[in-house]
Amino acid sequence: MTGGGDPTDTFRQEAQELLEQLEQILLDLARSPENAELVDSTFRALHTIKGSGSMFGFDAVAGFTHHVESAFDLVRKGKVAMTAALADIALAGKDHIRNLIERPESADPATGQAILARLEATVGGHGAAPAGPKPTEAGPVAAPTAPTSKWRVQFRLPVDALATGTNPLLLVDELRALGKAVVTPLLDKIPPLEALNATECHIGWDIEVETDKPKSAIEDVFLFVMDEMELKIEPLDAPVPVAAQTAAAPAPAQAAPKAATAAQPAKTATEALKGGGSIRVPAERLDNLMDRVGELVIAQSRLKQIAAASQDSEFKSISEEIERLALELRDTTMGVRMVPIAQLFGRFRRLVHDLAVELGKEITLTTSGEETELDKTVIERLNDPLVHLIRNSIDHGLEPPEQRTAAGKTAQGHIHLSARHTGDKVLISITDDGKGLDRARIRTRAEENGLIAPGAEMSDSELFQVIFQPGFSTAQAVTNLSGRGVGMDVVKRTLDALRGSIDIASTTGKGTEITLRLPLTLAIIDGLLVRIGQGRYVIPLSAVEECVELPPVQENRANGSNFLNIRGDLVPFLRLREMFNAMTPPDKYQKVVVVSSNDMRVGLVVDQVIGDHQTVIKSLSKLHAGVGTFSGATILGDGTVALILEIAHLVARGQRERPMKLAS
Amino acid sequence: MAIWQGKRSLEVLTLTLQGEKFALEAGRVQEILDLVNVTEVPGGPAFLNGLVNVRGKVVPLADLRLKFEMASTPPTIDTRIVVINVLLDGETTTVGLLADKVHEVTEMNAEVLEDTPRLGMRWRPEFIRCIGKHGGDFIAVLDIDRVFEEGDRGTVAGGTSSVPAQDAA
Repeated sequence: MTGGGDPTDTFRQEAQELLEQLEQILLDLARSPENAELVDSTFRALHTIKGSGSMFGFDAVAGFTHHVESAFDLVRKGKVAMTAALADIALAGKDHIRNLIERPESADPATGQAILARLEATVGGHGAAPAGPKPTEAGPVAAPTAPTSKWRVQFRLPVDALATGTNPLLLVDELRALGKAVVTPLLDKIPPLEALNATECHIGWDIEVETDKPKSAIEDVFLFVMDEMELKIEPLDAPVPVAAQTAAAPAPAQAAPKAATAAQPAKTATEALKGGGSIRVPAERLDNLMDRVGELVIAQSRLKQIAAASQDSEFKSISEEIERLALELRDTTMGVRMVPIAQLFGRFRRLVHDLAVELGKEITLTTSGEETELDKTVIERLNDPLVHLIRNSIDHGLEPPEQRTAAGKTAQGHIHLSARHTGDKVLISITDDGKGLDRARIRTRAEENGLIAPGAEMSDSELFQVIFQPGFSTAQAVTNLSGRGVGMDVVKRTLDALRGSIDIASTTGKGTEITLRLPLTLAIIDGLLVRIGQGRYVIPLSAVEECVELPPVQENRANGSNFLNIRGDLVPFLRLREMFNAMTPPDKYQKVVVVSSNDMRVGLVVDQVIGDHQTVIKSLSKLHAGVGTFSGATILGDGTVALILEIAHLVARGQRERPMKLAS
Repeated sequence: MAIWQGKRSLEVLTLTLQGEKFALEAGRVQEILDLVNVTEVPGGPAFLNGLVNVRGKVVPLADLRLKFEMASTPPTIDTRIVVINVLLDGETTTVGLLADKVHEVTEMNAEVLEDTPRLGMRWRPEFIRCIGKHGGDFIAVLDIDRVFEEGDRGTVAGGTSSVPAQDAA
């Protein structure tokens, strides 16, 4: 819990989550408007936003939400049919609510009015007007057509109901408002006085109510507490009692028999509304925790060094114990930071929905591997690049319906998002079944811009990498970006910053697959510790291909060709001693660590390969932001700082020093 | 300078760089450390050529002597690292400053805080917030945020190798 913070912040945070869920529900609803459970979920989410909005003084939010809620109340009561159009209006309404909450000063009341006008037009003369009935008062307003019937209502709240803000007396009052009622409290579960906690609710109620309202009106009273309570509603007149409804049943199960086939998203939404037994922690605290654990691991490795030199067996065993605990703690802490990628994929449903409408294309979006977990920071920073790539696929990859049918494809375009683990990487791919990239045009543009030598021989994947070059003009290129100011080079840069890479595979006429490779976490990497002169540096182990000795012939030709023959391949190498101005005399046998990035290899000449090193990454301050050679720093066992080499940067330098493209 | 108006006196930390005494606002100083292992950053700005470990944090180490075009001498037994908080583009960043000697935390009288004279200073006047009188000495109070401002961070060598290593540590 945030603890102590501004209560309106809590509201904002909660509202944001509710709005996200609402969006998902509405998108489902647009697809299957007949699903009553989704309508109920929408209604409940809106009601909660309205209620807490007015509680925290967001009157504009409460006012606006009330109208949307009223409309859905009519839908829920079956007076207005649910349509995809209505879901669309509600989506616009949801955006407006978000605006009202996050940027109240810039939210335009006219936008709200326009949405309400559309809503009014769609819902028609059913009074979605300001005077629309509030849901909890819904009963009395409904037309008195049904004959009166007698119901026995028995309910019992969870013992902690009072603590969560439920007031049983209000529920009883609402029932009494439905008609003539006889209320009997059930006192059998009250514990003896010494065991009684005054803040707990042990009383149940048995109410006989005579009303002209249908059973659903009674159920409505319990709409917001139904999930956890025991509730039994049976007709007193009827000879055969209706099957009892208990806590385990999904809330509106009886009101809407269709709910048995409840859609998954609606269910998860409901679960999330309840909190699902989890607590919310500000991300900042997790970062602090991770920092502390990182320091602990460093301190522990110092302890280990001392223990290794010690003769005291008891000391050694304690050191081992602490090592085990520290590593377990590190793994647990890292696990806490991991969130399923479903969170990210969920946001794109709306994007695809909106783009499909905007561009007049029919698109289905499918996803797989949503349960794949990634570091929270990575997920957050992936949002923009993914939006960009998906937008690209839809805008330029997928053809308009006519073209697709002409090409013998389904009129409906298909975008598939998938995520999966391989080793210590996560692969995220965006696949479309559009027309594919136009190799000839990319090549022409790249040659015009001088990005590749005319006639140079290159593989598809090398050619496609050109798209990510900052100089690759987007104006007429195949991957025109509709002038949104973000180029593919920005996507590439974000991926680089996340220590990830990007690959493109494309088949003309069949579609394009863009794959992002990302590290599981930003916080810790496995590294190879090397020494150059007196300085120690860390090379990310995932980039290391092999270590070889520098042949003496190469050694002597310091200024000659800087190429190494590795099993027939010419690999350029960089003398890091020269780059880093090492002053001490070089070691007799220089080593070469061969690293790769984007299928390109480069050798790094070092004095000594020290060994494997688990590294807690510390980012460099802004003062060193301009130093491209290093991606960060780490603290070694003896407390000294070591720099982490930025492989993509070094590989690019190595490749630049190649005089021309060599056929391999 | 606006910040100083209405303040009667200023608490400062005095230190020496190449025999010249100057002062830092004491409120900015986090701690003073003995010299520890300094890791060189090849290709970094010359005066920001090192990194040090300050309680588990990686902190850039600045050698102001290079910034002020003074001679750089090897560390002595008096050499200290003054850990301070600097405002960089609106964000607080922790930076270590190499000092040849650290003296004391003292109060300077506001009346003697004078605007920077344009002449007679061996360092660039824009890095000096004001001049104070302490005992018989004139002491320059550094505008430390200004020292680390973007335009003055020094050209980053772009990872090239041409700059010979400054013997900072």
